[in-house]
Amino acid sequence: MSEHTLNFILWCANLIISLLAAPLLPGIINKVKAFYAGRKGPRVLQLYYDLAKLMKKSSVYSTSRGLIFELAPWGSLATVLLMLLLLPAACLASPLAFPGDMILFVYLAGCGRMLTVLAAMETASAFEGMGASRECQFSMLAEGVMLAVLAALVLLTRNFTLSGALTSLTPAGWFSGGTAILFLAAALYIVMLCENCRVPVDDPETHLELTMIHEAMILDNSGPELAAIHYSAALKLWVFGVFLATLLLPDLAAGSWLEFVIFYALIFGMAVSIGVIESVMARYRFLKVPQLLAGALAVALLGIVLIAIFGGGFVK
Amino acid sequence: MDFLSFKNCESVALANIPVLDFADFRDTLKDLINCKNCRVSVFTVHGGKLYAVLLDPAKHCFKAGATAVGASYPALTNDIPGVHWFEREIFEQCNVIPENHPWLKPIRFENSDKPGVTDYFTMQGNAVHEVAVGPVHAGVIEPGHFRFQCMGEDVYNLEIELGYQHRGVEKMLVDSPAKLRNHLVETTAGDSSIAYALAYDGVISALAETPRPDLTERARILRTLALELERIANHVGDIGALAGDVAFLTTSAYCGRIRGDFLNMTAQLCGNRFGRNYVTYDGVEFDLPNHKLAAFRDWFERTVEDFKNAWLIMSDDPGALDRFEGTGTVPNEVMREIGAVGVAARAAGVDLDVRRDLTGIGVYDKLVWKCALKKSGDVIARAKTRRLEIRESIRMVRALLTWLESSNSPVSNNATAPEQFKADSLAVCAVEAWRGEVACAVFTGKAGNMERCKLVDPSFHNWFALALALRGEQISNFPICNKSFNLSYCGHDL
Repeated sequence: MSEHTLNFILWCANLIISLLAAPLLPGIINKVKAFYAGRKGPRVLQLYYDLAKLMKKSSVYSTSRGLIFELAPWGSLATVLLMLLLLPAACLASPLAFPGDMILFVYLAGCGRMLTVLAAMETASAFEGMGASRECQFSMLAEGVMLAVLAALVLLTRNFTLSGALTSLTPAGWFSGGTAILFLAAALYIVMLCENCRVPVDDPETHLELTMIHEAMILDNSGPELAAIHYSAALKLWVFGVFLATLLLPDLAAGSWLEFVIFYALIFGMAVSIGVIESVMARYRFLKVPQLLAGALAVALLGIVLIAIFGGGFVK
Repeated sequence: MDFLSFKNCESVALANIPVLDFADFRDTLKDLINCKNCRVSVFTVHGGKLYAVLLDPAKHCFKAGATAVGASYPALTNDIPGVHWFEREIFEQCNVIPENHPWLKPIRFENSDKPGVTDYFTMQGNAVHEVAVGPVHAGVIEPGHFRFQCMGEDVYNLEIELGYQHRGVEKMLVDSPAKLRNHLVETTAGDSSIAYALAYDGVISALAETPRPDLTERARILRTLALELERIANHVGDIGALAGDVAFLTTSAYCGRIRGDFLNMTAQLCGNRFGRNYVTYDGVEFDLPNHKLAAFRDWFERTVEDFKNAWLIMSDDPGALDRFEGTGTVPNEVMREIGAVGVAARAAGVDLDVRRDLTGIGVYDKLVWKCALKKSGDVIARAKTRRLEIRESIRMVRALLTWLESSNSPVSNNATAPEQFKADSLAVCAVEAWRGEVACAVFTGKAGNMERCKLVDPSFHNWFALALALRGEQISNFPICNKSFNLSYCGHDL
């Protein structure tokens, strides 16, 4: 078997693992939080049970909803799946990669959000309208940070494909460009918290409609559509985990098992770190969230400055 | 003519309460409230007369006065904003119309099948939107309807409609056999059972034809202990709930458990976590025998340590403090003007505490404690006022447990509760419950029967303060403002 075929098989295997393992991440976060609260907490596999339960149910629709409300959950699941397809597995570039796909990556996230927001507006509920408005406001700022991180990556690696840019860093490159990469990872981490509605931006646990962002937009969803929403939320977290992990992971030896171990450890480590953050931090007031994202943008721009000063040639 | 002064838990003949002409009544009332620092405890129409019972903290007594009113009278709210809610209650409950009242609507929808269906204050404009929350809420809480007028995230006005919990407690009390009344009173607001039982007990003992012999020392100590445990448990729960609303996990989780521990201590006293049936006419139902005191004290001290840690985690966290500081501010003048009571008022520097301002309930005059007071009137001030009150209550509980060791009296004085009362009298009793002043007033008829029982929950005074706290506030801050007040729906709705 040629190396090319093997890599393709490994990449596909990772894709299947991603689809199956993504619902573990919320389970891990909740276990960590339960540990801090001195509780037993729900099972790590709880989301799987919830998804199975929801798939068996039928959906309830309000009279004001239209077609978008019914289709949006599946549409936004599709956008997250497409985002996953553009990402590398550990240090194996995606076979679907093409130059400029990083822009597609950002706007796939935007499309998914647009669908959710439109569906929320269709319910004509005050809560969902507020949630939609907040979602747009914060993700607009997060998108800028995301684009700055991608620009820095291109500057560092001279590679215009997303998975190319994420996989082309060598261990030697890590030593020269490592500081910049840490800056980019920090900025991306904050974007991840915002995009995935985690504390301190949003609180996925809250029952208070007036403070919700993402949860407010899905108050009217039920049954399989709600399952699709929960599943795509978990998958989106996985997507950002892959992004962060591959950003931090230098190419040791393509396809080696050690690389995959570190890769998965980083993804699950991110889930643990989210759990820790949610346990020790209070949520910000909404007026502070733009400041947080502006801070993330500043960090990403610092990364760009570092790369511009010290250059980014150390890639394969 | 001046108002009649009388003490807490004391009865007065209705004939002795001065009946002033309306202008005189209004001026005296204005003078007492605006200049003499008195506050309205009970304000209602009974038998064609408008009665006002004020609490005078300087003289440690109540002041009562009356004026004759017909089917209507000129509303006093325009001069005395503190009676705003009372006059709406009079309009609904007594069929007397306060003319020119600025916002005359029912408060409980007693006479309607559809609570909350009414005209609301609205704003006009393209960017204005209205948010209606409740009466069914996402959490397991009581029903209430909140109508926000917003522009973007900013709240311009909040109108609160209650009444979903109205079950006619006051009427049931009058109609019930004497033995059932205790239970009814305790369930007026289940989280303040002890306070309500004490207030009712104060009124009944004052109205008894044969005066009740003094309660035994042990009974008075145990009643105070139960009231303070109730206070600690609820304040701890509130601090945890505040932490929960800003997603501050640890304090929220710990306080939930610690509140349970304090409730279980009340259960240790009497077998019920909320202290139901603990307060009896002759004292208290059960003793806390001396051989159990050491274990009780150990348990108490351990729980207190846990609470201190839970509070420290949050009070050291800049993120949590940032959410609370400057949020939901109601300044001192406003709190005074609207006649707010309890924790919410003290957090804005209104120095009122029935435990200190009146005598007759518990053994507070023999204990060393300070009235908790904060100035800023925001969410953090209300949280810190609770923290301070918990600290003072802990000191009191320690002193009471030590006192119990040396007290050998029984817990009962063997008095039996009266079925008949002094004729044509009024008795008022106020107790500082954990939210603030709980007042119970009973009017008796010619035959010595209970003709009217008026209950005033601290929430009745304070709901309007919550509405004011939201003016100009972010709508996303409503939950923490609401939790920082933590007012009772059932106590208001009766």
